[in-house]
Amino acid sequence: MSFIETLRALFDPLRRLDGSQQVQLLFVVLFGVLLTISAYAAMRTVREEDAEGDALRERFHRELRAVWVTAVIFWLAWVSGTVGATLLFGIVSFLAFREYITLLKTRASDHRSLLLAFFVVLPLQFVLVGSGDFGMFSVFIPVYVFIAIPVVSALAGDPERFLERNAKIQWGIMVCIYGLSHAPALLLLNLPKASGKGAFLLFLLVMVAATAQIAQELASRRLRRRPVARQIDRSFSYAALGVGVLAAAVVGVVLAWTTLGFKVPQALAMSMIAAASGAFGEFVMRALKKDAGVRHWGNAASVTGAVGLLDRVAPICFAAPVFFHSVVWYFQLRP
Amino acid sequence: MTRPEAMGLLLTTIARLITGAQGHWKGCPPKAEQRIYFANHQSHLDWVLIWAALPKDLRSVTRPIAAKDYWTSGRFKHWLTREVFNAVYVNRQRTDDQDPLEPLAEALKRGDSLVIFPEGTRSNKGLPMPFKSGLYHLAEQFPQVQLIPAWIDNVQRVMPKGEVVPVPILCTVTFGAPMQLQPGEDKRAFLERARNAVVGLRPGGERDAPAQRSAA
Repeated sequence: MSFIETLRALFDPLRRLDGSQQVQLLFVVLFGVLLTISAYAAMRTVREEDAEGDALRERFHRELRAVWVTAVIFWLAWVSGTVGATLLFGIVSFLAFREYITLLKTRASDHRSLLLAFFVVLPLQFVLVGSGDFGMFSVFIPVYVFIAIPVVSALAGDPERFLERNAKIQWGIMVCIYGLSHAPALLLLNLPKASGKGAFLLFLLVMVAATAQIAQELASRRLRRRPVARQIDRSFSYAALGVGVLAAAVVGVVLAWTTLGFKVPQALAMSMIAAASGAFGEFVMRALKKDAGVRHWGNAASVTGAVGLLDRVAPICFAAPVFFHSVVWYFQLRP
Repeated sequence: MTRPEAMGLLLTTIARLITGAQGHWKGCPPKAEQRIYFANHQSHLDWVLIWAALPKDLRSVTRPIAAKDYWTSGRFKHWLTREVFNAVYVNRQRTDDQDPLEPLAEALKRGDSLVIFPEGTRSNKGLPMPFKSGLYHLAEQFPQVQLIPAWIDNVQRVMPKGEVVPVPILCTVTFGAPMQLQPGEDKRAFLERARNAVVGLRPGGERDAPAQRSAA
């Protein structure tokens, strides 16, 4: 067991730091890595001036910028505490839901339902999260909003495609508002042995979901397996999914074991749950995009000018509630 | 920051928050040249959307047209159109002794750019109605001014008829390639061509005419 011993010796100083120091260290490492990559990328642009790799490089720079923005948002969320984090994710949720509604054609008679969703349901859900009322926050949308939306819709007096229209709106609320609101909720969870380390739970979720996404993307390029559902996603295969989930599990175990004091099997199970639900969530979002007739994202070719935020947050939208509720169930946390 | 500037910032921020107000410069870069932008008209928000989609330094020289009787009737409405938007006022009632286009021509002579909605009124049928002849007369009088077609997409979903609170839905403003009055082109043909240029910018409409790469 010398390997485990070595690992232990390596990570022990890290484990002895208190929560806030660990988070600080985490951000120092994160921004350090980003700075290195950016500096390297900047040097490359100066050196090479060929037109060939231009499109690729431009895409890389755009992705890098997006990662920077995300990292800064997380840092701000952590610095500003519970209220700040709730507010930030509330804004992200608003933007994601706006994009979702843009993609799905709604009718004029949906106007009141949409107003209810945007200006009442969304803020209320995040206020509930911020107040830490987990009982209410878990049932508010599935129970109360589930009846409120169709009632408002029926009052508008338009029977045309009634079920379809309401299903669209309700589903969007579930994914973009309910799902995303579980991200700040993780910050507020009181774990045994790791109270006040909610930031790590959230970071764990995001890192695991992101790792799974990247590893899956790389694996599907390398492996070139037969796609499971060609019509929906040309690159989605079980082999690639497996690679993604495994890679995410490794990252998750290291993170959870060093920072949260989880046992290795616990950490492994939780990371795999988060990674798999995130990957499947993204897959479902692709199906939705195909249904809405969107082939490309970005400014040049998009139908709506949607900026592709939904793409980026889709894994979190699906993974966060599953992750949150499995943690709560497993540790029998009393809200 | 003066009060009109603050009001302008507030309005563009709201427009961005609700609609994204993305400007897609497909046929021309956003440059400080004298221009007449003409677009489809579906909602009260159209002008604010175009205004918010313009770069900041172009906003102060790009002016909307406002109906004088309505937009000067209250203190706030007058202040908003005069100080914030720097609107060109026109009379809706025709009088025989005055050309209704005269205020527009005056603004163009001063070097300002204009935004006009040549349908004359709001339509919600999807495709724009036939264009009124004002655009033709301006093109005739000011051949040096660039005519830029623009298509405003999705805005009718933000605020359907009869509603007062907008729903957040992303909208885009697509600016096309500059066009000009051809020598010898008659009014009907020109207006039809201008209308087709606007319709051609519709997302999905570009399949008919290959879109130029953005020069910006």
